[in-house]
Amino acid sequence: MSEQRTFRVWRGDKDGGEFATYETKVDPGMVVLDVIHRIQAEQANDLAVRWNCKAGKCGSCSMEINGKPRLSCMTRMNVFAPGETITLQPVKTFPLIRDLVTDVSWNYEQNQRVRPFKPKPRGADGKMRMYQEDVDRVQEFRKCIECYLCQNVCHVLRDRDGKAAFTGPRFLLRLASLEMHPLDDDDRIPEIKDEFGSGMCNITKCCTDVCPEHIKITDNAIIPLKERVVDRYYDPLKKLFRVFTGSK
Amino acid sequence: MDVNEIQTIEHDVVVIGAGGAGLRAAIECSAQGMNTGLIMKSLLGKAHTVMAEGGMAAALGNADSRDHWKIHFRDTMRGGKFLNVWRMAELHAREAPDRVNELEEWGAVFDRTKDGLINQRNFGGHRYPRLAHVGDRTGLELIRTLQDHGIHQGIHTHMECTALELLKDGDKIAGVAAYWRDTGRFVLLKCKAVILATGGAGKAWRVTSNSWEYTGDGLAMAYDAGAELMDVEFTQFHPTGMVWPLSVRGILVTEGVRGDGGILKNSEGKRFMFDYIPERFAPETADSEEEAARWLEGAEGARRPPELLTRDVVARAITAEVKAGRGSPHGGAFLDIASRRPAEFIKRKLPSMYHQFMELAEVDITKEPMEVGPTLHYFMGGIRVDAESQQTRVPGLFACGECAAGLHGANRLGGNSLSDLIVFGQRAGMGATEYVRANPGSVAPDHDAVKEAFRRATAPLNRESGESPYALHDELQDTMGANVGIVRVEEELKKGIDDVAAIQKRAETVKAHGSSQYNPGWNQALSLRSLLVSAEAVARAALMRQESRGAHTRLDYEGERDEWLDYNVVIRKSKDGSMDVEKVKRPEPDAELKRIALSELEPLEEEVTAERAKTREVADV
Repeated sequence: MSEQRTFRVWRGDKDGGEFATYETKVDPGMVVLDVIHRIQAEQANDLAVRWNCKAGKCGSCSMEINGKPRLSCMTRMNVFAPGETITLQPVKTFPLIRDLVTDVSWNYEQNQRVRPFKPKPRGADGKMRMYQEDVDRVQEFRKCIECYLCQNVCHVLRDRDGKAAFTGPRFLLRLASLEMHPLDDDDRIPEIKDEFGSGMCNITKCCTDVCPEHIKITDNAIIPLKERVVDRYYDPLKKLFRVFTGSK
Repeated sequence: MDVNEIQTIEHDVVVIGAGGAGLRAAIECSAQGMNTGLIMKSLLGKAHTVMAEGGMAAALGNADSRDHWKIHFRDTMRGGKFLNVWRMAELHAREAPDRVNELEEWGAVFDRTKDGLINQRNFGGHRYPRLAHVGDRTGLELIRTLQDHGIHQGIHTHMECTALELLKDGDKIAGVAAYWRDTGRFVLLKCKAVILATGGAGKAWRVTSNSWEYTGDGLAMAYDAGAELMDVEFTQFHPTGMVWPLSVRGILVTEGVRGDGGILKNSEGKRFMFDYIPERFAPETADSEEEAARWLEGAEGARRPPELLTRDVVARAITAEVKAGRGSPHGGAFLDIASRRPAEFIKRKLPSMYHQFMELAEVDITKEPMEVGPTLHYFMGGIRVDAESQQTRVPGLFACGECAAGLHGANRLGGNSLSDLIVFGQRAGMGATEYVRANPGSVAPDHDAVKEAFRRATAPLNRESGESPYALHDELQDTMGANVGIVRVEEELKKGIDDVAAIQKRAETVKAHGSSQYNPGWNQALSLRSLLVSAEAVARAALMRQESRGAHTRLDYEGERDEWLDYNVVIRKSKDGSMDVEKVKRPEPDAELKRIALSELEPLEEEVTAERAKTREVADV
């Protein structure tokens, strides 16, 4: 059973814009991204939206739907009350390009700052050995689809100066996936503290709440990293040891 | 328009497409010291490779030490119904293990065996558990690994940049005309070599697992530049796509469901695949539910369940059941893993499938069966390339991954795609590097051609009025679904060709509204041409091949015909601009490869066991 629904969609670019209202038919089983495509095909050919896989695996179609940051391809129309008007806006933490599309290049700059995986030498038999129970946690982190919804809701990043001091939950997660990798042979703790700003996170868990992959970003990645930093820098014995050895 | 005023970027090599193949090619070029540009229509890390679920096939021998490249090669040839390019199938089987191990050194975290090695799972057509995997999100792992490694190799990535046309200097590649999607501005990329890694053209069909990017850009650009297309009649319909809700129809349900024990049933509750076992595979397929159950438990000597027959066989079986009136409520078959495996197992081994059905269809796959049906998934055919270097017949033009032809023949085995990307991505990178080194002279694209490329691109925006590009795309999908679908017949194929020609004519006067800045309407208008070239090529090749082989099924020419075994259908652009379709004799295969591929399984297994024992002796000495 199809029904007629009303959508308010942000139209505009960096110089400004306004909400446009579209009435369109919604069929059973449709997700918000289907509706956007229908509006695009029938009423507004040039309505800009970024998307790709349409199955929640590529993380391209992040936007704010009735004020909530979500993937539009995974938001079914039947989660809304009958007759409810649906408002679609671009994510707020990144600069607008046009309509529902934002410039997320800052995130790519952050990724570039993370030093790549540095493998320990292979075993005598030429194999790299890791056990499943030791990689479960890292695999949880590697489920990340880089939708940047966590970055979008992070209070620290939303704050005007936040981006200068803090890399955001996505990249602490990435650093955690390297730091906890059984075969990574790099010491990442000093830069996690000093350059990526692990101390800036105040554990409100907003990032975890919006993660479409249900990764426990705060509990499983950020807090353990903070603990490793504390162990290294604020443990009095270790502090003393550093003073004597001159290590970082 | 003054060409000197257009933004110009110079590279040695430009790679078009940043999925697994493009990224791997770019990494290789960069590692070899080439100034490498990588352009992509989407953002980095979003390419359709992320959708690959099941795994990448490589005879690592971790899950079953009896595996060997020769067995992988034999499986690939048989899956491809012996139409594969022999040398490519050999290179792929030999080199895949090294390429997979290399990923691990770059940070990939595959699922593990009990011994802590890369675990491998069973898949259709593979004799042994062979697919290195990460749950059911192996593609994401591949792309993220290549991405995070690649950004530190000095590659210049150009995101949301769409290639329009290849530019030449005489007969040699000299650059790419492209535009930035966010601003709509043009950019001229000057280079000596181009590697196409653009994927297939699944978007010419409505029910497809492919994303919007799959518009056949590479096929059309190569064709226009003078390269040949081959085997494009072989379009793989993956047997298990979602069929409900309508808006997600076509989205992939991984073969891993069947690999991990899932079975197919019709509306009468019958496990129907036992009725569709082809003669060639009968000796290696279980003939009773009881034997199939023993196989799943890993019993020695038990043969594989028929749900794991090759994709063409399973897709046709589902289609036949639906046609006979035994389909599921929404026109598919039931895929049941709920009654076969505990809920915890399903959630651990198939987390994205669980998630996908729960969120998009409100179906709990640990409790209920899924409804599935065939979906256009993959182009076995594509740009004809040299097996070693991946070069086309145009000097400086290379192709790898799905957009290249050869490895898969008439049908691709699941898991052979991700390994294809890394094996031939690496080879294309080497090939392009060697070409650039061997051709030190400078090249410059012809100015008139540059102007003409950009003029053609702006035409849909400048037109006063015209048809909607969305409407034309819709009509193309209608005709391809109806006339160039999973089962084909001469009359319909001819109708398809006529329809495509009519849409081609109308596409010349299509209108895009609005400005050029991040304008999906304009982008759609520009992708019509490559979609239409690809669609025409598939239809014409399908009409020429008068037999049924692999993924190409002709109702009017049933069964494989010996007279076609030695021929590929090759397509090129003729001087007058029309499409030339030719039946081309295949070269005689290497005798040793032929022996391996045609060998019975048991003697071949004995042979590799003996070989292995010998190697071990040598090592012990």
